Amino acid sequence: MSADDPLHFTPLDGLHRALGAKLVPFAGYDMPVQYPTGILAEHHWTRSHAGLFDVSHMGQIRLDGAGAAAALERLVPADIVGLKPQRQRYTLFTDAQGGILDDLMVTNAGDHLFLVVNAACKTADLAHLQAHLAQDCRVTTLPERALLALQGPKAAASLAPHAPEAAALGFMSGAALRVAGLPCFVTRSGYTGEDGFEISVAADAAERLARTLLADARVKPIGLGARDSLRLEAGLCLYGHDIDTTTTVIEADLAWTIQKRRRETGGFPGAAIILKQLAKGAPRKRVGLKPDGKAPAREHTRITTQDGATIGEITSGGFGPTVGGPVAMGYVATSHATPGSAVQLVVRGQPRPAVVAKLPFTPHRYHRP
Amino acid sequence: MSELKFSKDHEWVRVDGDVATVGITDYAQTQLGDVVYVELPAVGKQVEQDKEAAIVESVKAASEVYAPLSGEVIAINNELADAPGIVNEAPTEDGWFFKLRIKDAKQLDSLMDEAAYTAYVEGLA
Repeated sequence: MSADDPLHFTPLDGLHRALGAKLVPFAGYDMPVQYPTGILAEHHWTRSHAGLFDVSHMGQIRLDGAGAAAALERLVPADIVGLKPQRQRYTLFTDAQGGILDDLMVTNAGDHLFLVVNAACKTADLAHLQAHLAQDCRVTTLPERALLALQGPKAAASLAPHAPEAAALGFMSGAALRVAGLPCFVTRSGYTGEDGFEISVAADAAERLARTLLADARVKPIGLGARDSLRLEAGLCLYGHDIDTTTTVIEADLAWTIQKRRRETGGFPGAAIILKQLAKGAPRKRVGLKPDGKAPAREHTRITTQDGATIGEITSGGFGPTVGGPVAMGYVATSHATPGSAVQLVVRGQPRPAVVAKLPFTPHRYHRP
Repeated sequence: MSELKFSKDHEWVRVDGDVATVGITDYAQTQLGDVVYVELPAVGKQVEQDKEAAIVESVKAASEVYAPLSGEVIAINNELADAPGIVNEAPTEDGWFFKLRIKDAKQLDSLMDEAAYTAYVEGLA
């Protein structure tokens, strides 16, 4: 994506402007970073009520054909063949070095697999899928679909009047449902650490659906600013920051995404490196970091031992509104990765004390029936 | 209460004798969004006009605050440590950052009055 490429607009662009959003370019799209209430209020509202996020910039892809699950396993370390209908998994496109090309959600939609990938990677992901899967299944991108995320403890109650069947979905499952009479694909998932849903809907119906959901006083529009602070507190990785081709799946502490059968049989890019690190450990690890005091430590802040030796770098850092103080994630040498380890963060040239912290900073509150 | 003077970097100054109170403008706090942390200079520090004197952090990013005048820092607003949001609520009143003893009153001539600053900000839109 170069700076010269034209900016894209999501199907909710007009709504964002009508709601007074501050729009910024993100992954080639003009996206709402915040609405007039501001990032802090939006963050707190999502944790206490329900927030509606426009994530239509993300890529939606479907894989059709009897061989789709087995074929996709050639590119990801998750057990896709064993994914039951209506079940969803978080997984990663890996490369031959064990690095991460993108992270994605995969749902078994019954007669096809439904994938959601990152906006900045979607063109490359599509090419990657077509290059490696086209002989076994049909790869179709769905640019005519919008994606809304409804997140927070009131998400289920506010969705229920419009989609009674959604209540039956547990965390990480999905189904084709009608929401407010509109045909949608709904998954019970999200990226805030809260209970919630992601709703795929036809682009030309997206504003109608968004306005219907926003008519509930418990639901407010939330921008990318709060989405970032919510996912950071939830300990969730942001592609291009916390994970990329230079971080292996094991270094990223995402071994939990590799199910048993795949650990035994491999067969995904970088399997030799990833499975070796799984057995013997990796030289560094993604951890949570809690700075002492109140100064946030941002991305690229150097992490040192108490003696000043460099042991890593912060990959996401800022202020956690629910925590009420600074929070960060980064990579440290495995020798310093145990929660409670004392480290220093070099902020504006000054070493400042911090401690390795367990993730998430804010407990997940997913719906697991 | 004396009138405010403004810098191109969006700091304001209120002069009382040889003491200047310094903060960031309403435009600046609007651009930053919710302020979550302010790092102030130590009392006694000599700051130079247009050089970094403080840090203000919003949820999204850290920004430098420049000294609009040279001088010695004689007081800092300790209220901001526990309630940085005051900068958003009252940027030119309770949200002040620090006070300095003015070293060279001629530097005041380089600052804008309110009408000039308002025009300057409108030109940025």
